[in-house]
Amino acid sequence: MRIERALPLLAVTLSIFIAWYLACIPMNAVLTTPKVAAAGGGLANTLTFSWNEARPVLPAPHQVFREIWNTTFAVEPWSIKSLIYHLWITLSSTLVGFVMGGLLGIILAIGIVHVISLEKSLMPWVIASQTIPILAIAPMLIVVLGKTGLPDIFTKASISTYLCFFPVTIGMVKGLRSPDVMQQDLMRTYNASSAQTLWKLRLPASLPFLFASLKVSVAIALTGAIVAELPTGAVSGIGARLLNGSYYGNTMQIWAALFVAAFAAAILVWLLGEMERQSLKRMGAKA
Amino acid sequence: MAAQVVSAQDLGLTFQTGDGAVEALSKINLAVTEGEFVSFIGPSGCGKTTLLRAIANLEVPTSGTLTVNGMSAEQARLARAYGYVFQAPALLPWRKVDDNVRLPLEIMGLDDVAGRVSRNLELVNLAGFEKKFPWQLSGGMQQRVSIARALAFDPHLLLMDEPFGALDEIVRDKLNQQLLELWARTKKTIVFVTHSIPEAVFLSTRIIVMSPRPGRIIDVIDVDLPKQRKLEIRETPEFLKIAHRVREGLKTGHSYED
Amino acid sequence: MTRAILTLLVSLGLSLLVAASFSRANPPTGQDWALSLAFVICSWVTAWSLSWVVDLILPKAQSRWLVPAIFGLGVIAAWEAYVHASAIPVVLLPSPTEITAKFVNSMPTLMADFVQTILRAVIPGWLIGCGAGFLTALACDRSDFLRRGLLPLGNLVAALPIVGVAPILVMWFGFDWPSKAAMVVVMTFFPMLINTLAGLNASGDMERDLMRGYAANWFTTLVKLRLPAAMPFIFNALKINSTLAMIGAIVAEFFGTPIVGMGFRMSTEVGRQGLDMVWAEITVAALVGSTFYGCLALLERKITFWHPSYRR
Repeated sequence: MRIERALPLLAVTLSIFIAWYLACIPMNAVLTTPKVAAAGGGLANTLTFSWNEARPVLPAPHQVFREIWNTTFAVEPWSIKSLIYHLWITLSSTLVGFVMGGLLGIILAIGIVHVISLEKSLMPWVIASQTIPILAIAPMLIVVLGKTGLPDIFTKASISTYLCFFPVTIGMVKGLRSPDVMQQDLMRTYNASSAQTLWKLRLPASLPFLFASLKVSVAIALTGAIVAELPTGAVSGIGARLLNGSYYGNTMQIWAALFVAAFAAAILVWLLGEMERQSLKRMGAKA
Repeated sequence: MAAQVVSAQDLGLTFQTGDGAVEALSKINLAVTEGEFVSFIGPSGCGKTTLLRAIANLEVPTSGTLTVNGMSAEQARLARAYGYVFQAPALLPWRKVDDNVRLPLEIMGLDDVAGRVSRNLELVNLAGFEKKFPWQLSGGMQQRVSIARALAFDPHLLLMDEPFGALDEIVRDKLNQQLLELWARTKKTIVFVTHSIPEAVFLSTRIIVMSPRPGRIIDVIDVDLPKQRKLEIRETPEFLKIAHRVREGLKTGHSYED
Repeated sequence: MTRAILTLLVSLGLSLLVAASFSRANPPTGQDWALSLAFVICSWVTAWSLSWVVDLILPKAQSRWLVPAIFGLGVIAAWEAYVHASAIPVVLLPSPTEITAKFVNSMPTLMADFVQTILRAVIPGWLIGCGAGFLTALACDRSDFLRRGLLPLGNLVAALPIVGVAPILVMWFGFDWPSKAAMVVVMTFFPMLINTLAGLNASGDMERDLMRGYAANWFTTLVKLRLPAAMPFIFNALKINSTLAMIGAIVAEFFGTPIVGMGFRMSTEVGRQGLDMVWAEITVAALVGSTFYGCLALLERKITFWHPSYRR
């Protein structure tokens, strides 16, 4: 039964791989056609050259995996050649930004739910702030904040913080307001204070919303950390590797960095999902 | 002899659920002739809705035979032989009342759309409400629009699944009366599912009493009250005798036990 | 009311006190940065309490838009005051008046950047990406097999740092606007796919049984029931995608572009320390983004007028 359920996903993944291998042939043609002609033509030569170019337009899957292997497991993790080192640099500012953004979002949400003038004055601007493409002004923010003398990790994390707090704020406001009227009336019959209602009713009720927002936020935080590395001519971090590979035409470096970043994002989201499952289970939610 | 609108022989329907097989219907034998008003009554889970949905080809029987208008249930559905009224109005909120009644006419490509819409809205006493949206009407009015919609394409058979269950008793009484008048005027065949004994006795010419686990027919009662009924008939001894018989049937089927 | 006025007066007083304490040295000292943070907090409280007072005075109808407007004006006034009080160098933070001046003076450049980024990359990319996502969702709806294969992949891709593919797209599509449009397509495709699929499932079981009772085929059911019911979800995706489209186009320009475009202008002006120009571009971006979003919100209100969230 489980194999049946996994079958469509496997089929789609497999077809993507096959399409990828096939796409290498026309995409690398501009590089391979002279070499194939010199070698005497033929299908075997075309395939070999298309799938083993040194600087391909589209690297084949096995080339990407080899590059990842060479830069993660074949070198020491703390050397500047290692993708693990670069990933760590990016992840650290991601996590700092994520935690700060999450806390800011929760505090803002609690404020908005309890103080009505705060909501009226702030919420429209919070929503409007998302129409400013913050990723686009990341360069400026990084340069300005860099001059304040704060450690690098905080300037990069500030981009992630800005990106994170919005989904958390919106999600938490919805969550803190999610208990239905009957439950809120119940707290009133106990003459519970706002703080007690917050702690005993609203916060527990908001957990599902919080986790949904956190999962979105952590992915955005990673993107923010990567973009934050672009403007300062950074030498370390995933973003730096992407930029570096782009300048020197080193496609494999770009693809390897991208895959590692994607893998990290998937792990982070999965970790949060696990935390969510555990805490919801402890609260008696259905499996 | 009047035409057999619905005919079931030894009908059975077993659901395969995660917890094993559930026998929803067992050895159902049923014949509904043209012009009748037949009610299925029983507690929750006795299969009455399942039987109605089987007639509508919304469920597929696992044993026995079922014909509607002399053809299979699926052919009858494809031939648009019946109108279905659900427990909730199920109106499309982005369409006004007249557009909602128009929906089946658009899908089936029928003519005289405007005429049909106005005639059927008049039939349910909602003339004048054509341009309102569903949420601007009360629950009872929305359900009446749903009935008008089911009648719009003039099917000979009307299938109704506890249509008044969500309404309060006073509105329900009014709608019961209006439904009887509508039936008298249109002469349709109506198959009606309910769990209210007074409603079943008041509306029907025949009552099918069902019981659960598995769903089967306990009793078939011919209601020999006059066809033209007023609400006051519910306090007459003849009415109470029939209601008593229904209740006895339910007790026999263990419907009152846990 | 007294609390509101008291907060207003106290925070205003504190803000003025902090403003007077800046050393006005260039470059700013560590103490200056601490004072700046204090000023930010005090002036924010001032702006908020001002809007609080206004909220208490005005009737409800006006306060809905006036309160956030007053808060916004308060923030801008505080910004202007901060720049003058702290004498912060213009290469770090220009004042609102300086930015407005630059905005007015640089209209030709801003216009050219707008055309390159918004008209050539954002709009076409958004249309193609949303359109492709929508059609793929319809295909997935038709084929259960396709849906079960593609949807988990879609959820995965939506979580990935998509901006990372920008350098690859530049390599494939060249420096000019096609690579930026391609970036927008990639970014907008999956949110549209996921939301459309969620929307197609939003119609109720009863309504779908109704259509089955009418012997309506897949296409009729789609057009008459499932697509209208899916509109709230589809608009949700369209609005999210409007923001993503702008981010995608501008960030893609960081990785290579001809000498025009909003992202290009922002990154080069940062390098040249022309921050007032950067802020002018940001203003353009904010205006375009808000207009785009606002138009979508208006269209949404027209089409999904029936949704319970619009009834008071």
